[in-house]
Amino acid sequence: MSAQPAYTPEPAAGNALVEAENIKIHFPITAGLFQRTVGAVRAVDDITFEIRKGETLGLVGESGCGKSTTGRALIRLRELTDGTVRFDGTDLTTLKRDQLRKMRRRMQIIFQDPYSSLNPRMTVGSIISEPIETHNLATGKAKLERVKELLALVGLNPNYTNRYPHEFSGGQRQRIGVARSLAVEPEFIVCDEPISALDVSIQAQVLNLLVELREQFGLTYLFIAHDLSVVRHISDRVGVMYLGKLVELGPPSAIYEAPAHPYTRALLSAVPIPDPRAERARKRVILTGDVPSPANPPSGCRFHTRCWLYEKLGRPENCRTEDPELRIVQPDHRAACHYAEDALQSDVGVAHMGAEPIRRKPFGAGPQAHKVAAVDDVPAALVTGTGAAGSATAEPDSASSDGDTTSRS
Amino acid sequence: MAVQSTTLDRKIAERPPASLWRDALERLLKNRLAILGGIFVILLVLLAVVGPFITPYGYDQTDIAAVRANRGPANPGQAGHLLGTDILGRDLLSRLMDGARISMTVALVVQVTVLVIGVPIGAIAGWFGGRADNLLMRFTDIVYAFPDLLFIILLTVVFKDTWFGDAVDGLLLVFVAIGIVSWVGVARLVRGQMLSLKETEYVEAARAIGVPDRKIVTRHLLPNSIGPIIVAVTLGIPGAILAEALLAFIGIGANVPRASWGTLITEGQAWMSSEPHLLLFPAIAIALALLSFTFLGDGLRDALDPKLKGKQ
Amino acid sequence: MTATDDDRRVDPGSPAVAELPDAEKLPEAVSLETEEGRRLASQLADEKTRHARKLLEVRDLSTQFYTKDGIVHAVDRVNFELDYGETLGLVGESGCGKSVTALSLTRLVPDPPGKIVSGEIIFDGVDIMKLTNEEMRLLRGKRIGFIFQDPMTSLNPTLTIGFQIAESARLHLGLSNRASNDRAVELLSKVGIPRARDRMADYPHQFSGGMRQRVMIAIALACDPMLLLADEPTTALDVTIQAQILELIRSLSEEFGTAVILITHDLGIAAGMCHRVNVMYAGQIVETGVTDDLFENPQMPYAWGLLDSLPRLDEERGAKLRTIEGMPPDLLKIGDECRFSPRCPYSRDICHAEEPELTERDRPDHLARCHGTEPGRGWIQ
Repeated sequence: MSAQPAYTPEPAAGNALVEAENIKIHFPITAGLFQRTVGAVRAVDDITFEIRKGETLGLVGESGCGKSTTGRALIRLRELTDGTVRFDGTDLTTLKRDQLRKMRRRMQIIFQDPYSSLNPRMTVGSIISEPIETHNLATGKAKLERVKELLALVGLNPNYTNRYPHEFSGGQRQRIGVARSLAVEPEFIVCDEPISALDVSIQAQVLNLLVELREQFGLTYLFIAHDLSVVRHISDRVGVMYLGKLVELGPPSAIYEAPAHPYTRALLSAVPIPDPRAERARKRVILTGDVPSPANPPSGCRFHTRCWLYEKLGRPENCRTEDPELRIVQPDHRAACHYAEDALQSDVGVAHMGAEPIRRKPFGAGPQAHKVAAVDDVPAALVTGTGAAGSATAEPDSASSDGDTTSRS
Repeated sequence: MAVQSTTLDRKIAERPPASLWRDALERLLKNRLAILGGIFVILLVLLAVVGPFITPYGYDQTDIAAVRANRGPANPGQAGHLLGTDILGRDLLSRLMDGARISMTVALVVQVTVLVIGVPIGAIAGWFGGRADNLLMRFTDIVYAFPDLLFIILLTVVFKDTWFGDAVDGLLLVFVAIGIVSWVGVARLVRGQMLSLKETEYVEAARAIGVPDRKIVTRHLLPNSIGPIIVAVTLGIPGAILAEALLAFIGIGANVPRASWGTLITEGQAWMSSEPHLLLFPAIAIALALLSFTFLGDGLRDALDPKLKGKQ
Repeated sequence: MTATDDDRRVDPGSPAVAELPDAEKLPEAVSLETEEGRRLASQLADEKTRHARKLLEVRDLSTQFYTKDGIVHAVDRVNFELDYGETLGLVGESGCGKSVTALSLTRLVPDPPGKIVSGEIIFDGVDIMKLTNEEMRLLRGKRIGFIFQDPMTSLNPTLTIGFQIAESARLHLGLSNRASNDRAVELLSKVGIPRARDRMADYPHQFSGGMRQRVMIAIALACDPMLLLADEPTTALDVTIQAQILELIRSLSEEFGTAVILITHDLGIAAGMCHRVNVMYAGQIVETGVTDDLFENPQMPYAWGLLDSLPRLDEERGAKLRTIEGMPPDLLKIGDECRFSPRCPYSRDICHAEEPELTERDRPDHLARCHGTEPGRGWIQ
């Protein structure tokens, strides 16, 4: 146990854009004819953190850990059961309807599923102009111009305004969703698993787009994902959630190279690495059992039922009885574990770091890549109109960043 | 970021924009059975609207001469009556056409009643949820559990000899009564649609943008529930026609001399052995109407159900 | 287990029995976790090839789908082999034909609209294409086990899982009710389901996703198959559960000497699980090789680009990911050219004019379909 104090946010930190203070979101479980409340799913259970201006905070965890609910709560798409969320100093939880609506210009969300996140009955133009109309940002010709500008910004043909979502591939639809959220010129975007529904080669394209936009507009992101490699790639700081709790928070170097929570270490050891050598070098901790139900979480530390460190330390009692607080273990690095110091000393989950990774020549680089196939060169035979049917096999994704490839080679 | 006009872009640009409605129409047009049903429905509607004006006989006009000549109802083709006459010498074809008028009106009035009651109740229950949902749905359950026939008979008794009871030869009351007992299905359907659409990410996106609730309902929820509602309404029509026929059969319905198909069947039944055409033609009319609406409804369902999209 | 082990070896339809001594089953001590273990495993595998044929040989397999828009060349002249006890990865993006390949191997391609139009599939010396449907059904249950992405669709929700596992053992191994039940309990505990005997009477919905996948594995292994076809077995699962299931597949395949074809889009899973990897693109195998070779020295720009487009867990925050631009071709229309050439930054005129064959690279077991890396005349190095 450490004598270091439990973390408390500094309200006047100055550079915090979003502050979540002791937020709780419980969903009632009802039963019977009269829908009596018989319990609650504690989706998010008392977590505190802040997102600094201009940073990207990655939030990882397994399904049901509450990461998406947290993300939605930050922009008040979910009502809090308890706690407060402040956006740029303003308490969102007490805002009136109209004030909140105005606030929505500053915070947006990008969804996971490119299929269900666009209204199938609306054209791309009306989807993207909906936020513009709602906030009276432009009308008439100026509105159309703005829509076209946004389409171009995300790498789509500006003339697509009268098209319907189902005419596009997954990657293109995701770009439409990005354009919609950019329409109000937000400062903060919650990216809720924005690439996990896409194919591997398309994932990189959309991820690059998000990074470019971040740099271009100085955006602040909450990047929610279950893929730890993607989160490391994009994040300035990373939070790890388990069963409604934030168990670790810190810069990627700490989270990925010296994690202080045994759960983070277990997660890291479970992530497949596309490198056979690193895969062999790793030391795996296979967590036993399933994630417990958030309706009835274990007492004390919620992770103790699956914790390898708890077993290794001979099942210390305070893990079962005391809920560990998110405390500072190192500068800017917090973890919610009574035995974080022991976890830090282990090599579980980071053993592969020592192994010499496979090094390949970078793809698409070097003098050999004398020519980049612009999509203009695609023989007509390869590009058919993918109408209603058959789009499963053809993934006509946009060739948005052709220019980038050219400049790189 | 420069955007290049690519071959793919051009290819997409060449195609006309394909809304889901257009796609649905294309699918519907490929369904032969549905087209057949649709054509017959249009025919039926035309017949109902203009039929009574082009027949040489009124539905209540008696041709005593024909009955006398035949010593009973005229047979099909006799004495200028294409489908024959009944015992009073009334032209069966004219009576069927007037019956079609009644049946089509039933289809219209009942389904309008269903929509007017069912859609708001379902939409309110689904959108607001919680207590409103609980209350409305229990009410719906009660309506569903109440015996339809008993309710309709009660209504006719209560409104007997009022303007409402006598309006349109007493038919309006019957239609509305059928509508009042039939909206439950649509209400439940709309509620279910609302509940599931409310959770979709595009509705969440609209909320994140700050779109007012009213606009979320009219722009996102209703347009996406219309497909299933259209299907339910179309497939509900045969039931309504049948219900009216059934009521007419047991004597609740049009005041004489107006006769719906159900009334004609009741009358024809008495002559079943000697004059089968009096039963046969109304029965065929009902069967064809029911079938064509069912085919059309099935076709609409297949065309509008996005889950079938891309298959086949 | 011994009874069933014997049963597997003494298969009247399998002349391979005599030629396959104990080498068929890797010693318990062999672990693929270590370098040494892998070397030993590959040595053992080498010995087997000397003794006998391959477990599976696929030659010129083509499967097409006849749709209203035309013929979809879902699998196009695919060739590969699989050793006894080997784990082979079939890697590619959605629509590349990896799942259809697996369905074709067991003749489960939905017909219509699909049809295996050509090819030979020799499984343990038997030409699968020549079997009757009834024989094929027996083979599927007994010699080839399946694990799918979504276990809920392959488990019958109205039957207890005990019954579903025992059923397979009863049908294919001819065990009595009692023996098959005992076997089901044994399998359940083997796949790591606690209190196996108690849970026999439970229904699929009473299990979590990971547990259901374990049940699927138990069913797949009920008859001690020689080949396990795992089609994206962990895609629907969380990463810690994924690790459990992969570990289970790995240890069971080592224990029983079961060969595994692992279909996945996740190159990380392939790197950790497979001895060899086939990369598929647009219905074809575009590169095949021993996992280390393929990951270290990819010989086909698609495989290369795919590997390079992945963010890595063990790398600092990167600036920009390398991407493969464009989209896979439409399988309705394929011309005489390299199918990756429209997206390939290295393509030359020959790539658009002539379809490359799958040919040897630096090692005889490393093949690629690319003009640019063709030894001697290639220009990518």
